[in-house]
Amino acid sequence: MSGTFVGMPAFPAAAHEAVNNQTLRGNLRHATHTIRAKRAKAVAEVSDWAALREAGKQIKDHTLRHLDRYLVQLEESVTAAGGTVHWAADADEANRIVTRLVKETGEPEVVKVKSMATQEIGLNEALEAEGIRAYETDLAELIVQLGKDRPSHILVPAIHRNRGEIRDIFRREMGEWGRPAPEGLTDTPAELAEAARLHLREKFLRAKVGVSGANFMVAETGTLVVVESEGNGRMCLTLPETLISVVGIEKIVPTWRDLEVFLQTLPRSSTAERMNPYTSMWTGTTDGDGPQTFHLVLLDNGRTDTLADEVGRQALRCIRCSACLNVCPVYERAGGHAYGSVYPGPIGAILSPQLRGTQSEIDASLPYASSLCGACYEVCPVAIDIPEVLVHLRERVVEGGEAVRNGNKVLLKPAKGHAAERAAMRAARWAFSHPAALRTGQRLASRSRRLHPRTLPGPGRAWSGTRDLPAVPAEPFRDWWQRTNGGKGGAK
Amino acid sequence: MSSRERILGRVRRALADVRGEDGPVERAYLREHGERSVEETVDLLAENLADYRAIVHRCTEGELAVVVGRLLAERGAKKVVTPAGLPVDWLAATDAEQVPDHAESTPDELDRVDSVVTGCAVAVAETGTIVLDGGPDQGRRRITLVPDHHICVVRVPDQVVSSVPQALDRLDPTRPSTWISGPSATSDIELDRVEGVHGPRTLEVVLVSGDRPSTAAES
Repeated sequence: MSGTFVGMPAFPAAAHEAVNNQTLRGNLRHATHTIRAKRAKAVAEVSDWAALREAGKQIKDHTLRHLDRYLVQLEESVTAAGGTVHWAADADEANRIVTRLVKETGEPEVVKVKSMATQEIGLNEALEAEGIRAYETDLAELIVQLGKDRPSHILVPAIHRNRGEIRDIFRREMGEWGRPAPEGLTDTPAELAEAARLHLREKFLRAKVGVSGANFMVAETGTLVVVESEGNGRMCLTLPETLISVVGIEKIVPTWRDLEVFLQTLPRSSTAERMNPYTSMWTGTTDGDGPQTFHLVLLDNGRTDTLADEVGRQALRCIRCSACLNVCPVYERAGGHAYGSVYPGPIGAILSPQLRGTQSEIDASLPYASSLCGACYEVCPVAIDIPEVLVHLRERVVEGGEAVRNGNKVLLKPAKGHAAERAAMRAARWAFSHPAALRTGQRLASRSRRLHPRTLPGPGRAWSGTRDLPAVPAEPFRDWWQRTNGGKGGAK
Repeated sequence: MSSRERILGRVRRALADVRGEDGPVERAYLREHGERSVEETVDLLAENLADYRAIVHRCTEGELAVVVGRLLAERGAKKVVTPAGLPVDWLAATDAEQVPDHAESTPDELDRVDSVVTGCAVAVAETGTIVLDGGPDQGRRRITLVPDHHICVVRVPDQVVSSVPQALDRLDPTRPSTWISGPSATSDIELDRVEGVHGPRTLEVVLVSGDRPSTAAES
């Protein structure tokens, strides 16, 4: 994955800046709290939620376990239905393929459905460099594109913007890209949505090439599924003559029937609706209806490296609902930009360091962007144990060890900046395996407890800057146990 | 080596630790939620459609033409696009000009049409969803997208199922399908739902039952 935001500082530095931005914190708090209560209600409506969640998890695990077989089956099905399948090992290759396909149509512009995969590979920038303009048509993506901004949420990339900011961006920027914002535009959401409708309509009606991702690909039938709300997806999927879909290889489900699970869990988890307004399904091309040329670009870009990790591979079950972002106390305060990736929040903290590797400063810091409270695991509709993967990745950052990068086994060095942590762990290991030394140390600690500082000196200062040091008891536990015979007889 | 071979090779190496076959997926979830009579299922569909701001009307087959005519007149629709296989009597009581759906019509032409009238393939009560699959009374996908007003006729109770799993059972994966739950909407401004973006901003659903009283269906 090449999508590291250039010059991105590590998470703590970026988050520090974000938590001091009062507007941002207010916007995020309002939005995440609104959706939290709604999601809980939508989930409570279905009595078999736990069974749906378990089935979703099992379907995804089964698919990943036989991913090679299902990829080949999908390729056959899509080809038989009139589509053309391309394989892209990394972002550069995917961008080259899409750019070539657009150039072959001779068109200078494309309309885009919101897609995480194309965000991840930086497709818009790659097309721009070749003189092709890509118009984002999802409302939130439009806000981000017009505001020359970065996405900060998987589902609602402009979640960090409030209605007033959106109005200002529309007034200022729409004229540069096409039809200007209506005179006297106010900040009511309905008027803002109307402004987007008018601005984008001319682009939809003249579009010859559409670019999308997909939420699901069905191996047995070759069907692709896009789940959306506004109708911009339907516009891009049906009006153009050529459709190019860029989809991560983990988006496969084996059978048509498998959709019955995810079409119930995804809308309730993401927008807290029984069903989202529009879902489009298409299988190759259909004579006389919709694009007559269809290309599917299957994207690896770090996914097979993630698959090679026995603990970390569960991140590939993700269906990008963003429920984990909405419940995360860290995301709510730090915002999406601090994660330095198109995938923010808890899922981003385990996905980005696996797709991109843990070498960069930001990626090495992401497994720490969590309090391990577990709310993300609780709401995940495919039961990804995000805290488990976070701890696993922390170990990889601190200890180094074997990992797979670009398909090759590599031996990672322990990351810099964790020397104190490693030293402390080494000391603990030594002490716990030398009982006499442990006993002496504990007694010494108890007797000297009045002299203990409230913060640690040296490299421990940062750690104790935000935490209270635990108070040492007057008597070590083992001494108490021996003195009282294990507390029998009520001795204190 | 092609990228196809490279990716498939990486997948196989990544899965080297995985041994043996896995069991079948446990599908302990329900085929439908709760028990309802046929009439209650239709009522639930009406309720959930309305909950997501679709406008619901109910009538018998004999009344359908008048209802469709009235809805088009109330909208002030001058031009209405019609799928090739739409029953002609559905539009027997309207003065609006009928624009047939054909392969050559451009998106711009469709943009000048006021309304569209279609049937549907199936409707899902639990989610308030109508599904179109390009059948003769539904036409090409774009005709229900570009006009701002969509009237969709659902034959009840025949076309109504309770749940998403039952709807998928009825659909043919080789046909392009569009699942519609209320009019176009967005949650992109402060994660709050607002109706009306790019798709039809007004969705009217007519639940049409046979001329005989529907109690016959239950006996």
